[in-house]
Amino acid sequence: MKIVVNGEEFESKDGLTISELLVEQEVKMPDMVSVELNGEILKRSVFETASLNEGDKVEFLYFMGGGQWD
Amino acid sequence: MGLSEQQIERYSRHIILEEVGGQGQEKLLESKVLIVGAGGLGAPAALYLGAAGIGTIGLIDADKVDLTNLQRQVIHHTADVGVEKVKSAENKINAINPDVTVKTYHQWAKADNIREIVREYDFVIDGTDNFAAKFLVNDACWFEKKAYSHAGILRFDGQLITVVPGQSTCYRCIFGSPPPVGSVPSCSQAGVLGVLAGVIGSLQATEAIKYLLGIGDLLTNTLLTYNALKMQFRRVNIKRNPDCKLCGSEPEITELIDEEQPVCDLEKD
Ligand SMILES: [Zn+2]
Repeated sequence: MKIVVNGEEFESKDGLTISELLVEQEVKMPDMVSVELNGEILKRSVFETASLNEGDKVEFLYFMGGGQWD
Repeated sequence: MGLSEQQIERYSRHIILEEVGGQGQEKLLESKVLIVGAGGLGAPAALYLGAAGIGTIGLIDADKVDLTNLQRQVIHHTADVGVEKVKSAENKINAINPDVTVKTYHQWAKADNIREIVREYDFVIDGTDNFAAKFLVNDACWFEKKAYSHAGILRFDGQLITVVPGQSTCYRCIFGSPPPVGSVPSCSQAGVLGVLAGVIGSLQATEAIKYLLGIGDLLTNTLLTYNALKMQFRRVNIKRNPDCKLCGSEPEITELIDEEQPVCDLEKD
């Protein structure tokens, strides 16, 4: 099935969960990412269970500081 | 109040714009903008807002200028190393434009002081560098019902969103609470291309001016992301989150809190 992640189209297996997508997309620090699915922000607690469907639009939104940690 | 001849000359490129005009310029001269953090993002914002003739600019920062700041915090010069950032920034704004009154707060923004400061201003710019402060600014603006511009930068990426409390998506709608301690990139990984601060901080200043003048479309309910390597901007629409702990239908946060700040585990480079 085709899904769109941060504006780019990807081919993925059916029923992929958000957690699996985070691994597939090589997101190194999932704690630093908020996930929006078709315009709704997802609760972290559903990452393991929420599965994706054909045409879904996913946005990974990253925590960003001010560019310094001092 | 009316503009002086000098002011008509100084602001002529604004006044000639139909959307600004003499009235708009007078409005800017009567406006107050608070910049939280006189660092990377706050530097360009302060310089442009000062040049634009924002009547009062507030600066909050407890830090002193460090040599490592100069790569991106363009309001501070080599001779300022060791000087309070708010003082250094005040000097530059005054040198650019004597029309501007600069108010400095040489302190960290905390739950017990930020609301009374925010209350004095029309618009707030989040130029902070850590998550605890970013949530604090978001919450303080919510409780004081002040519009503000959130932004962050990291490596080659930057992003920003404008929040109009009660009307548009807030920072907590998107991110909830700070990332757990230990998940934040270590200091050595957390570099940033200096010019990112200029790009994103200047966009924040643009939003402030638009808000004050009531012109154009604000960056509300939309996170604008920028990647310098791809030279690509993207707009991500984000609706208000009904489960938001601050502005949702059943809020858990009813007063300001100081979030725990995840710190990096490496010695400062
Ligand atoms: Zn919210």
